[in-house]
Amino acid sequence: MTPVLRSSHRRAGFDTVFHGLLLLCSLLVLAMLGGLILLMATGGWQAFTRFGLSFFTTSAWNPVKDVYGILAPLLGTLVSTLIAMLIAVPMAFGTAFWLTYIASGRFSSIVGTTIQLLAAVPSIIFGMWGFQTIVPFIARDVQPFLNHHFRHVPVLGPVFSGPPVGTGLVTAGIILAVMIAPFITAVMVDVFGAVPPMLRESAYGLGATRWEMMRKIVVPWSRNGMIGAVVLGMGRALGETMAVTFIIGNVTTVGWSLFAPRSTVASLIALQFPESPEGSLRLSSLMALGFILMLLSCVSLVLARCLRGKRQ
Amino acid sequence: MTVPETSPVASSRTGRSVPDSGRWRPGRKAMRRQMLDYLATGVSIAAGSLLLLVLVSILWTLLSRGLVGLSWATLTHRMGPPGSGGGLSNAIVGSLLQTGLALLMAAPVGLMCGIYLSEYGRKGNHFASVVRFVADMLMSAPSILIGLFIYQLLVVPFGHFSGFSGAVALAVLALPLIVRTTEDMLRLVPTAMREAGAALGAARWRVILFLCLRSARKGVTTGILLALARMGGETAPLLFTSLGNQTMSTDMTRPMASLPIAIYQYAGASYEDWVQLAWTGALLVTFGVLLINITVRLSSRH
Repeated sequence: MTPVLRSSHRRAGFDTVFHGLLLLCSLLVLAMLGGLILLMATGGWQAFTRFGLSFFTTSAWNPVKDVYGILAPLLGTLVSTLIAMLIAVPMAFGTAFWLTYIASGRFSSIVGTTIQLLAAVPSIIFGMWGFQTIVPFIARDVQPFLNHHFRHVPVLGPVFSGPPVGTGLVTAGIILAVMIAPFITAVMVDVFGAVPPMLRESAYGLGATRWEMMRKIVVPWSRNGMIGAVVLGMGRALGETMAVTFIIGNVTTVGWSLFAPRSTVASLIALQFPESPEGSLRLSSLMALGFILMLLSCVSLVLARCLRGKRQ
Repeated sequence: MTVPETSPVASSRTGRSVPDSGRWRPGRKAMRRQMLDYLATGVSIAAGSLLLLVLVSILWTLLSRGLVGLSWATLTHRMGPPGSGGGLSNAIVGSLLQTGLALLMAAPVGLMCGIYLSEYGRKGNHFASVVRFVADMLMSAPSILIGLFIYQLLVVPFGHFSGFSGAVALAVLALPLIVRTTEDMLRLVPTAMREAGAALGAARWRVILFLCLRSARKGVTTGILLALARMGGETAPLLFTSLGNQTMSTDMTRPMASLPIAIYQYAGASYEDWVQLAWTGALLVTFGVLLINITVRLSSRH
């Protein structure tokens, strides 16, 4: 074998090793998600088999009798996420509209970067800030007002009722909204930016105002991308832990009031974990909750992916 | 945007006469459209300003509550019982150790996986698209679940909480971020560069490591730094893995303190000086995280 060929042979050998190494690392990533789902499922197996369907339909969280049901945290997570979406989506939509079409280039990039900084703030800080500012505001100003004016209104009365402590689903929803709005904004800015300029200019050429251009050209064009962004934000709100732990009140009850203390899946896991000894049914219930949370997060990601993929 | 001009012809068609003065005036419908436009613009700007206001409010709260407690003693004393003049030094050291170790674990694996996705996993490679999807899924997995996962994986078998398992949890958190930014950045490297390297007779690994990765190093570093910033403020995964520790400890196999955990424990305390320490810690963490973010964003713009 000539020296040139030999060296090229060795080179190919090293290339194979390199390729193998890269494959190994990729497999490690796969193994992590696999392990995560598997360990959650096996950890929660005890609770699933013990309680069966009643695990999902009761709200008893009773460590003394060792009976656990997850209806309350499950509802708490869903309702607080819903409230968060109701606030965050218009906010993100407006901000993205402002950043892409209203503000001038340089100003918009500065504001955009600043808003993205909000997404970088650790979630525990949001919790402390919420407890310091939003909770007193709700307790002192919003709740007494609502209680006073809506006490005898049929549906709204019970929804707005509750002791004026300030913690609860609405407070959690507000904080979650502020946390996820920057994410949704970022994706929406990308989506709006991808609308062909020709279409927008045609709309202007026909005499449309900026808002009409937005509503009749940009929104229909980027509908899937927008829904994808919203679902992505929803996934984040579902699993948010530390911020919610500070402001949800942490009571495992079910009721109509949006202002009474409640709990969410993630906050319950964080709070109950230290008191749950290894191998206990309580810990297994927490693992089962974790498994359900993982499922919710996976489903929202797959949904977001499907909706975004359609356009591209 | 200027006022949408309806021509006199159009307005006469809608039955409205052109004013005598000869000066064009918008009709009622045009007025309504314009008002709606103003309204939408106003609401949008208000929404954006509200988000900015929240950031300002957070920073203001942190400064006004945390700056009071920021002193040399806070940085050099370790955590202690209430009233003993404790500080946060062990938490700061613990945070640095755990994030540092986590970065050492996540960065090489993340880089390799990112290289695989970008260099070997182009179109038609199903394995690569599965890896990509899984990385996205890990990225959006709630961080508290990563804590539970590592608890099951490392804490239960070894029988005790440890700084090492905390570092692993943070690494799992950072890994998907590094993978996806590395891939994105490598994809920006023009194919011509790879072809030039191959034409010079360089092996593929040499082309990837010394040409592609080198020319994309700025973006890749950005990704790693952003991952670092993300890890620095994470609390939930550490709660179940490194647990927290009141004493100064650099032993990775024992429970270890960290700033976010210290904040979490102290913020709910009923002792005045502990709450003060929590706010000071929150100030340190936030400004550290924001500083990394601002530096990265400013330098990546030029």
